[in-house]
Amino acid sequence: MKINRWMLPLLGVLGLLTFAAVGEALPRFGIVREDDLPPTSIVLTRLIEMLGTADVWRAIGDTVVVWALGLTIATAAAIILGFLLGLFAPLRAATASTVEFLRPIPSVALIPLVVLLFGPRYESGLVLVIYAAFWQVLVQMMYGVTDTDPVADETARSYHFSIWGRIRHVLWPTALPYLMTGFRLAATVALVLTVTAQLLIGTPGLGQLITLSESSGQVPTTYALVLITGLMGVLVNLGVRWVEGRLLAWHPSIRAEVL
Amino acid sequence: MVLIKRTALLVGLPVVSLAIWWLASAGSTDPYFPSLQKILAAFGPTWFEGGSGARILVDGVPSLLRLLTGFLLAVVIGVLGGVAIGLTTRVRAFFEPTLELMRAIPGPVLVPIISLFAGIGDGMKVAVIVTGCLWPILLNTVEGVRGVDPVMKETARSYHMRGLFRIRHLIIPAALPPIFAGMRQGLSVGIILMVISEMFAASNGLGFSVVQFQRNFAIPQMWTGILVLGLLGVAMSMIYRVIERSTLKWYHGMRESAKES
Repeated sequence: MKINRWMLPLLGVLGLLTFAAVGEALPRFGIVREDDLPPTSIVLTRLIEMLGTADVWRAIGDTVVVWALGLTIATAAAIILGFLLGLFAPLRAATASTVEFLRPIPSVALIPLVVLLFGPRYESGLVLVIYAAFWQVLVQMMYGVTDTDPVADETARSYHFSIWGRIRHVLWPTALPYLMTGFRLAATVALVLTVTAQLLIGTPGLGQLITLSESSGQVPTTYALVLITGLMGVLVNLGVRWVEGRLLAWHPSIRAEVL
Repeated sequence: MVLIKRTALLVGLPVVSLAIWWLASAGSTDPYFPSLQKILAAFGPTWFEGGSGARILVDGVPSLLRLLTGFLLAVVIGVLGGVAIGLTTRVRAFFEPTLELMRAIPGPVLVPIISLFAGIGDGMKVAVIVTGCLWPILLNTVEGVRGVDPVMKETARSYHMRGLFRIRHLIIPAALPPIFAGMRQGLSVGIILMVISEMFAASNGLGFSVVQFQRNFAIPQMWTGILVLGLLGVAMSMIYRVIERSTLKWYHGMRESAKES
């Protein structure tokens, strides 16, 4: 059988439907307790109901704001620092070990500290998001700026490019694909940390609603909220990939798919 | 001379930063930011005193075991599942959107869901870590299996490589670099989930003790906990890198020589 253009997406839809059907069947046939896993139809009905309430949209809004703000601050800081390290090799050599040490420190280790400092306010989430996202972008930026073609860099120097010119025409195009990789990872991690802060510290947002619904035993609501966070995650992934495609349309890694 | 310079570069900034922390925090009266001296003085008694009841054994070991069990289970399930799904285009197309959705769910929200099924014991924590680590490993394996060089595939076919032999000697080695990249992502997610699941509900573990310190306003002890979690992250990433370097030696060598040519 030949695989035509429509078959693969169709199979994907079929996969999702099968998954939903399994989720429906397991509790209906009593294989799993309905209190643990409500049937898919009930979860989806609850999801649609909830999307008609202002509370959920406010929670989504709170989540998006912390996520976007944290991601923006972290990315901007990492880009600036990345270029500084790219321009001055001695600086890069001196900071490498510190970066390697600070990066794997799990940002959740900071939870107790931000609880004391900010309590259940959105700043708590913001600090965690910035810390987690910053390293993802910075490390990729460091790979990126060290990858510059020495010939291009020497050429720019002998033409007396200003520092700004070197950033704009040599470093930026080389670092951009790396930056996008870092940004993609950071966008996902930022969402994880945003929700974590809401879940554990109780800053307003989807995570907080999940904790509330779980502790009051509203299991279908919990599942519907989890599904919302998943859909947000999918949107984040698609959005970042779209931006990547636009910004890197000239780059071989993206161009190859078109050719 | 080169060696001295290298060591200076390696330890220079960390030493300077620690010195600044030490000096800037000396005599600190801010209750939340005690002096580094106080934190370090609390470090030993907090974690290592008490013989077999020392906190590093009572809380550190269970945490580590949960993390390792969860991570290794995720690696096994992820690689086996990824190879099974990645080998055929249609199977992959069937699973891909579902897996993308599963991966997009932020790991921590699974903690309340999984605790519905598994209570709040060790099983819950391991299950949370497995479900969090699994997706990057699984999806990277699928990607890696799909991306096997067509020339190698053709060669294998003309040598009549089939079945398990083909998987063992062609597919897995070719997919290893992306699998390792997925494992790296999985490991950092795993540490996060270990800490979170222990903060959520537990009677021991590193995440649990750090939160206990914070709730009891034992601030220097809380800082030592943050340091321990940080050191754990650093240690795991170092061990991971050693394993990655030795397993993927051939791959890094290949890339180096490709760069030089």
